[in-house]
Amino acid sequence: MKNNRFFKPFLAAVVFGSLLFLCGCSGSRQAVDKPDKAPIPAAGEQLPAMTLTAPENALTRTYLGLQNDAGQTISPGEIGGDILLIEIFSMYCPYCQHEAPTVNELYSLIQSDTKLAARIKMIGIGIGNSAFEVGIFRDKYSVAFPLFADSDYTIYKDIGQVRTPFFIAIHNRGEKKNQIFYAKRGSFGNPEDFLQILLDLAAR
Amino acid sequence: MIRKLTLTIAAMIGLLLLQAPLFAASGSFKEMIYDPGILPPIDSLLKVKVGDTAPGFTLPAVSGKVISLQDYRGKKIVVLSFIPAAWTPVCSDQWPGYNIVESMFAKYDATLLGLSVDNIPTLFSWTGQMGKLWFEVLSDFWPHGQTANSYGILRSTGVSERCLVIIDKKGIIRYINVNDINQRPPLETLIKELEKISGKK
Repeated sequence: MKNNRFFKPFLAAVVFGSLLFLCGCSGSRQAVDKPDKAPIPAAGEQLPAMTLTAPENALTRTYLGLQNDAGQTISPGEIGGDILLIEIFSMYCPYCQHEAPTVNELYSLIQSDTKLAARIKMIGIGIGNSAFEVGIFRDKYSVAFPLFADSDYTIYKDIGQVRTPFFIAIHNRGEKKNQIFYAKRGSFGNPEDFLQILLDLAAR
Repeated sequence: MIRKLTLTIAAMIGLLLLQAPLFAASGSFKEMIYDPGILPPIDSLLKVKVGDTAPGFTLPAVSGKVISLQDYRGKKIVVLSFIPAAWTPVCSDQWPGYNIVESMFAKYDATLLGLSVDNIPTLFSWTGQMGKLWFEVLSDFWPHGQTANSYGILRSTGVSERCLVIIDKKGIIRYINVNDINQRPPLETLIKELEKISGKK
């Protein structure tokens, strides 16, 4: 009983202090987010684990080299090719909209060379976009490489809430599998130059 | 007693973490977006309902035109997209998405009017970052928020709710969504409503 008398005010103080602290944090999104914020992907780091859904379209699954059925969960590591280039985008992002033709050009460049087409695969992940919204972006810009929806921001949170567009290239085979060798926000510039940069970085 | 308090603390922590919304930050706006933090989801009381005649308005647009709701009567379904403020996170990601679905609006014989309580110079600078918009952006700045207030969506802080209103060709409100101000309303819901109201597949 005696202990309880001391303990109750102590506990009340702890509760009151906690509430004050939490209320202070809730006024600022940054203050709430920062402790949980994952690091932004960087060259030399491992690509954070992420789950995608195998596309409905059989041709798309073939492009990705997937054995999985449509709708099954996959990881980037299951995608074929030595190199995987991931574009983090949003249908709502004007910068991504502006860059879409350039990104398409890069994809066409890769696909025009049989060896490169087998070696480099490209995907896009629409952060905070539903499948419907990703479909709008695909149709509007005639995007030929596979696009995935991250409707609940799960992937976005795991990659440090990057601004879009953001490009990540990883080794997808061999002993460096899953290691990032390129990670950058914004336009990659000329597609031919960028392709050469990717190939040079991958060879290091 | 201790268990109750522990549960209360855990629940409060959970609630506070859950309420932190995420938004996809476009590189277009670089570091220019002001983050107001988490706001109360809704802070007004609607003065209109589905079936009512939509309150009219005449407002200046960023394009230099003066736009009246009446202009569209008998011609187009009108979607009003009220956004709370320029240069803030969710708003900056909403209209650029609408900007690439002009064909969908056209399919349903609809047009879009963006409304904000910001003044024209602010809206001009802000929407300029989005590229060329196909829809009119109207300033409900003066008398401040009068149009938003006539719909009952002017918040106590002087900004409007994040609200979508669909008005049919007869000027009747057919859909209202006062969305959580911290989140972007789902586009598919809006498109489905347009499909339903227009009667076009």
